[in-house]
Amino acid sequence: MHALTAALAFLLPWEFFPAALVLCAGAAALYVRGLRRTPPGERPGFGRRLAYFSGWALIYFVMQTHWDYLSQHMFFIHRIQHLVLHHLGPFLVVLAQPLPVLARGLPAGIAEGVLRPFWRNPATRFVYRLLQNWLVAPVLFVGLIFFWLTPAIHFDAMLSAPLYLVMNWSMLLDGLLFWALMLDPRSRREGALIGYGPRIFILLLASLPQIYLGADIGLATHELYDVYTVCGRAWPMSPLEDQSLGGLITWIPAAMMHLLGVLVLLGRWMRSDQGSPQPTLATRHP
Amino acid sequence: MTRKFLFALLAAAGLALAACTQKAHWRTDDIDGLMPRLAFNMTDDAGQPATGATYLGKTVLLYFGYTSCPDVCPTTLAKLAQALKDTKDHGANAKVLFVTVDPKRDTLSRLHEYVRAFGPWFVGLRGTPEELQALTKRYRVTYSYGKPDKDGNYEVTHSTAVFVFDGSGRSRLLMLPRDSAEAITSDLDQLAAGAGS
Repeated sequence: MHALTAALAFLLPWEFFPAALVLCAGAAALYVRGLRRTPPGERPGFGRRLAYFSGWALIYFVMQTHWDYLSQHMFFIHRIQHLVLHHLGPFLVVLAQPLPVLARGLPAGIAEGVLRPFWRNPATRFVYRLLQNWLVAPVLFVGLIFFWLTPAIHFDAMLSAPLYLVMNWSMLLDGLLFWALMLDPRSRREGALIGYGPRIFILLLASLPQIYLGADIGLATHELYDVYTVCGRAWPMSPLEDQSLGGLITWIPAAMMHLLGVLVLLGRWMRSDQGSPQPTLATRHP
Repeated sequence: MTRKFLFALLAAAGLALAACTQKAHWRTDDIDGLMPRLAFNMTDDAGQPATGATYLGKTVLLYFGYTSCPDVCPTTLAKLAQALKDTKDHGANAKVLFVTVDPKRDTLSRLHEYVRAFGPWFVGLRGTPEELQALTKRYRVTYSYGKPDKDGNYEVTHSTAVFVFDGSGRSRLLMLPRDSAEAITSDLDQLAAGAGS
């Protein structure tokens, strides 16, 4: 009984932030409404639905439960929080290819009256095209990790509540943008902004600075992020132990997510006509 | 005419900028406005209710610790005492608020005995678990208890920082164990002189 109340208390928000609840619950509700309006034959399979819901559930869990408290007071837990916000959560959501279902779930009034004019607005198109540029997107993705892990900036972000919010939201929004660009189910010919080949190249290249940074933090022999010592840790753990663990999380699971992305793209590439090598082989050797 | 005016404006802006950067030369961490204003509800070591408003008009140094603390707390408090004694007004307008993160063992009388030993600037603060959590959460610090030994003694890990607020309750500086007493004295003198505000 005591364990149950403790578990329930853990699930309550540490610092309630309505936008996080609205985003996660809204995304789930929209999807459910869309599923109901999708003809049974066109509904996405169990795997995709599971990916979509678990992606948002994970994002909500790290932002709006006491996991958030632990993230503020343990470096390695903070690194897991960012792994979910920037890599795993958006990856799962995008992997589900939810756009057709979400479009069906959107009430017609909002779709026609708000979303379409917004999306058709040249300013929106410009910003979107800029952020999803083949060079800007990966630089922004990797740059944000480096930016928030700059020791002086990290220090301030952990002290200041508003900066902390900016940090976490920038990671989440950039994660959604980046993985949506990378895991676009379409080929270049079908309308994707970047072809399969260049995307695989970008994913591999973008993992290298993260491996470097993670190794650099994980193997450091002096304390880089003293804000956790300054503010106190959630439980007794030596600063270097905490830091090494955090570095490993920045290094290995993050790089694995990039490899997983490459595998997904290779699979899709082989199934699409664009990159299929069979026809050329067949013509060369009749 | 317009050009002359522009030059004058630029020169004035340059001077103002130079004055600003010259004025504040902090030797401890500048956290001006980064954290919320000083606010809490606690009981002081004399048994009186204390809030952030109680210390308006004074420079406040906020520190979290506990009286059974083996090394960090006494070292920090002794250093603060030394630094305050060396300021121009001998700390006449400053208070150090020592908030116990171990209210179970730190009774008000024990807290009173403890802080008095360090000097007249020190005030011990004790709160209910809810009051203590509200205050630590506000300043994004935490504490955790180690396993008790066979005599029932346990260590408490806690924040090592001293948060400094000016007379209006605005967060201004963060002092860390690596900061020397001289650096603290210098910054408290600057703060008392109104630097950076």
